[in-house]
Amino acid sequence: MLELYGTSLRSRLLLGSARYPSPAVLTAAVRAARAEVVTVALRRESGGERAGQGFWSIIRGLGVRVLPNTAGCHSVKEAVSTAHMAREVFGTPWIKLEVIGEDDTLQPDVFGLTEAARILCADGFEVFPYTTEDLVVAERLLAAGCRVLMPWGAPIGSGRGLNNLFGLTALRAHFPAVPLIIDAGIGVPSHAARALELGFDAVLINTAIAQAGDPAQMAAAFAQAVEAGRAARLAGPIEPRDLAAPSTPVIGTAFRG
Amino acid sequence: MRVTVIGAGVAGLTCALELAERGVAVEVLERSAQLGASACSWFAGGMLAPWCELESSDPLIARLGAQSIPWWRERFAGTLINGTLVVANGRDAADLTQFAARTGHFEPLASAEIAALEPDLAGRFSQGLYFRDEGHLDPRAALTALAARLGELGVAIRYGLEAPARSPAGRQVVDCTGLAARGQLTDLRGVKGEMLLLRLRELSLSRPVRLLHPRVPVYVVPRPDGLFMVGATMIESDQGTRISARSMLELLSAAYALHPAFGEAEIVEIGTGVRAAFADNLPRLRRHGETLYVNGLYRHGFLIAPALARRAADVVLHGRHFPEVMDADPRQRRLA
Repeated sequence: MLELYGTSLRSRLLLGSARYPSPAVLTAAVRAARAEVVTVALRRESGGERAGQGFWSIIRGLGVRVLPNTAGCHSVKEAVSTAHMAREVFGTPWIKLEVIGEDDTLQPDVFGLTEAARILCADGFEVFPYTTEDLVVAERLLAAGCRVLMPWGAPIGSGRGLNNLFGLTALRAHFPAVPLIIDAGIGVPSHAARALELGFDAVLINTAIAQAGDPAQMAAAFAQAVEAGRAARLAGPIEPRDLAAPSTPVIGTAFRG
Repeated sequence: MRVTVIGAGVAGLTCALELAERGVAVEVLERSAQLGASACSWFAGGMLAPWCELESSDPLIARLGAQSIPWWRERFAGTLINGTLVVANGRDAADLTQFAARTGHFEPLASAEIAALEPDLAGRFSQGLYFRDEGHLDPRAALTALAARLGELGVAIRYGLEAPARSPAGRQVVDCTGLAARGQLTDLRGVKGEMLLLRLRELSLSRPVRLLHPRVPVYVVPRPDGLFMVGATMIESDQGTRISARSMLELLSAAYALHPAFGEAEIVEIGTGVRAAFADNLPRLRRHGETLYVNGLYRHGFLIAPALARRAADVVLHGRHFPEVMDADPRQRRLA
């Protein structure tokens, strides 16, 4: 079981809810993924607190845990006030904290992020920070009170998978006890499987499913990949080596010589 | 038979005209004081682009759209069939590949062919897609023409009248009131759209141009008099009062990315509207007693209204059933 801020979850596949062809397709994808957590962009989706009632009621009707996010926020102040708004709208202390530093890559502003995390943690929020694989930033976020980290695989929506394998494995090794969720950049199920094989606790997928030709089918594929990756991790993968290592003894067989 | 159509947006006027042409005594009630004053149709792009819509819509939309194009051509002289041009900036080439994979009925174009179609875009894009059989129209001119045609057929459009609480005795009602029907159609939701009308004399386009972008896909539709409609955002919201600064920036940046000459354009109008949609973004004809609701046209109003109007008339006049747009049991579709 995956444990996030005291909540136990069976599924290690979290879904974003943006850019689906329709809410009905989103609903089908959430079911197919057997996802238990869905993120919602308060700002981008509605532009206001009470505006998107139709969409919110569909999200609530999914029967999953909502993880509101602060997507589209570029400053500490915006992120903090969006988090407060989200707490009121969805009645949850969970907040996926995004402070965007650069619009082209949507790379997090890690300085603003740590500051916003400190403020929100002190205010009783349970913060899921969208961060890079930087170890020092991770330290600061944990010191600020975060008990989950969401490092990127690659820039949001890029579909490039785990871009900095070295940095990500180092992060995993440094924080063996902190739940680490790969948040962005996953393109295909094999990327997700790889993340779980490397010991990451979960993945969050939006674009790769929402923009797929058949989102529900892609969601099911991701669910299988995540399950496979997790099982492989628990099973203990062999170490790769440079030379072939025969699995049966070959000396003296008829084919040698 | 006598029929009252409620709502004078594109759904209401196409339904009224379809019925009137079949000899039915029709009247149209419209809550606002004049044509278009409270209809999201007034702010539409007016693209008749069934095959482009395949990118993110159910194939049903393409079928209804393809059926609707001849209807417009026969009734509105301003219907232009100049195709649609789809382009992307170099770094977004993946979006063009993906768009091509999900749509159909187009020809891939290289830079020289784009220049031949739209000389003012020469040298700006190295590849594009050309959907030759698609069209566009000016929504306001089209609504005005439909209203005039209805007048010729003796159909009165009575403005400033709300829908009656009960359907008048002996009359069938066709309700085309969009999000205002939410009290009866509880599974409707609003999707806000924002658009700009720009005026720029130095540039001319002959057809709608879609500029693909991973986050902010935008289209520019040429209108008469040097006007260009730039649209449209899609925001899950029931309130369409004002445009947000971000949307304005995104729409303007996209127009600018299409051609920097748009930097000099005059902003003639900023429009917002709320489209009514069901959870699957597909339209419905739904009967409650004597009332037939035609709703959920989402962002596809002008594209699919004629095909829906034909079906609506067949339902009203002949009791026909169209499973592709009619639920067997409306409760099945309702989300918990």
